[in-house]
Amino acid sequence: MKRHSLSTRVWHWVNLICVIILFMSGLNISNAHRWLYWGEWGFAPEQAWLQVPRFPGWATIPDYYSLAAARDWHILTAWPFAIGMLFMWIAMLVSRHFWRDIRTTRDEWNMAAIRNDIVQHLKLNFSHGSGKYNFLQKIAYGLVLGILLPGMIFTGLAISPGFEAAAPWLVDAFGGRQSARSVHFLFSWGIFGFFVIHVALVLLSGPIRQLREMITGGRL
Amino acid sequence: MKRRAVMAGIGAMFVGACSKIADSKVGSSLLGAAEDWHRKAHRALSDRTALVNEYAKADISPYFRGNGSTSVDTDAYRMHAANGFADWRLEVRGLVRNPLSLSMENIRKLPQRTQITRHDCVEGWSAIGEWTGPQLSTILDAAVMDPAARFVVFRCADNLNGADYYESIDLVDAMHPQTIIAHLLNGDDLPEKNGAPLRMRIERQLGYKHPKYLTAIEVVSTLDGIGEGKGGYWEDRADYQWYAGI
Repeated sequence: MKRHSLSTRVWHWVNLICVIILFMSGLNISNAHRWLYWGEWGFAPEQAWLQVPRFPGWATIPDYYSLAAARDWHILTAWPFAIGMLFMWIAMLVSRHFWRDIRTTRDEWNMAAIRNDIVQHLKLNFSHGSGKYNFLQKIAYGLVLGILLPGMIFTGLAISPGFEAAAPWLVDAFGGRQSARSVHFLFSWGIFGFFVIHVALVLLSGPIRQLREMITGGRL
Repeated sequence: MKRRAVMAGIGAMFVGACSKIADSKVGSSLLGAAEDWHRKAHRALSDRTALVNEYAKADISPYFRGNGSTSVDTDAYRMHAANGFADWRLEVRGLVRNPLSLSMENIRKLPQRTQITRHDCVEGWSAIGEWTGPQLSTILDAAVMDPAARFVVFRCADNLNGADYYESIDLVDAMHPQTIIAHLLNGDDLPEKNGAPLRMRIERQLGYKHPKYLTAIEVVSTLDGIGEGKGGYWEDRADYQWYAGI
């Protein structure tokens, strides 16, 4: 049995490329109007709950300010990102990967055990007993796969006026278009935070082996 | 500082690759095609008359932001404004059996639709206002379109950075119930910054598709030869998406 199934590996790398393009083109789009609002509307600084910094060229796609080109990249990459997410969820449910490996069990929700898990992580001790993932990994992967990544798709659709005619309830579900836009921004930084921690932990836990296994599948 | 330099280096390499892709023939056609896939998906998922949200009076923004052109800098426009746009005409021409030239009085006497909708700018902000005016479909039905008609082009009085503003939509959006020619905002004549005396409302698309200072509606079979051929001022000038439903 492989440590990572083929569907996981293909999705992982396709998704990585998509997320990088979406994040960097998204920062360029953010530069077009750097204020975030709650509710349905908002168009002036005094209505904003947050003024976002201007993101420098090296962090954006393209590397100069172009709302039109950034939207082209964002709109194109949204397709493989969303279809990939759908594919990954179907694969995870069919193979029972989610149920078996990512779902938390009731006895894992135990303060002493969670505290011990955190202490072991801080001591850079990544060996854990039975099961593929420990509690913190399950929470992190569950949050990213279940909430942050799909959340980007749904908030993105809610921002789109053409899609609104197909699903007006989606805008309401987020409490208005500007709320959906704010959540879109916050979730993108949630994904960035996951990315930083994920890469740091891979680097600390044998990066060559980890990378090789995410390509070849590895052995369990 | 060193780590940041490395990050910036990797970022620059990636961005460099992206701009190479964008400049290549396949890359740029792919980037352009994605817009069509979204339009087709939106149209497939909803009825052609499906409406966007309409709001209550209490939801209306305290004022309605003006963006892009906020006035028209010509003597003719100043004279129209000085006499309350009493002599403003809206022409309906192109591939129609009955070309029309409508006065403001004609437009006010047509059946009216009032809708409280949200205006979404491509930049990201939104404002809510109540718009009143006749549906474009009423006028197009009166003019009787030729079977070859495929697009509706909107001609405007404003000139932005040296080019005349114009926009275009296909017939699905032209015949949509919420596509109206607004002459009232929140019950009053349109303010100058919002397009006095007439502006389009094309509610399933972003703000740059809603041209202001409307002078003519042209029914055409192709967008070639109009402006630079990309279907609108921002499309020509900065390669904005022609389908702005995303």
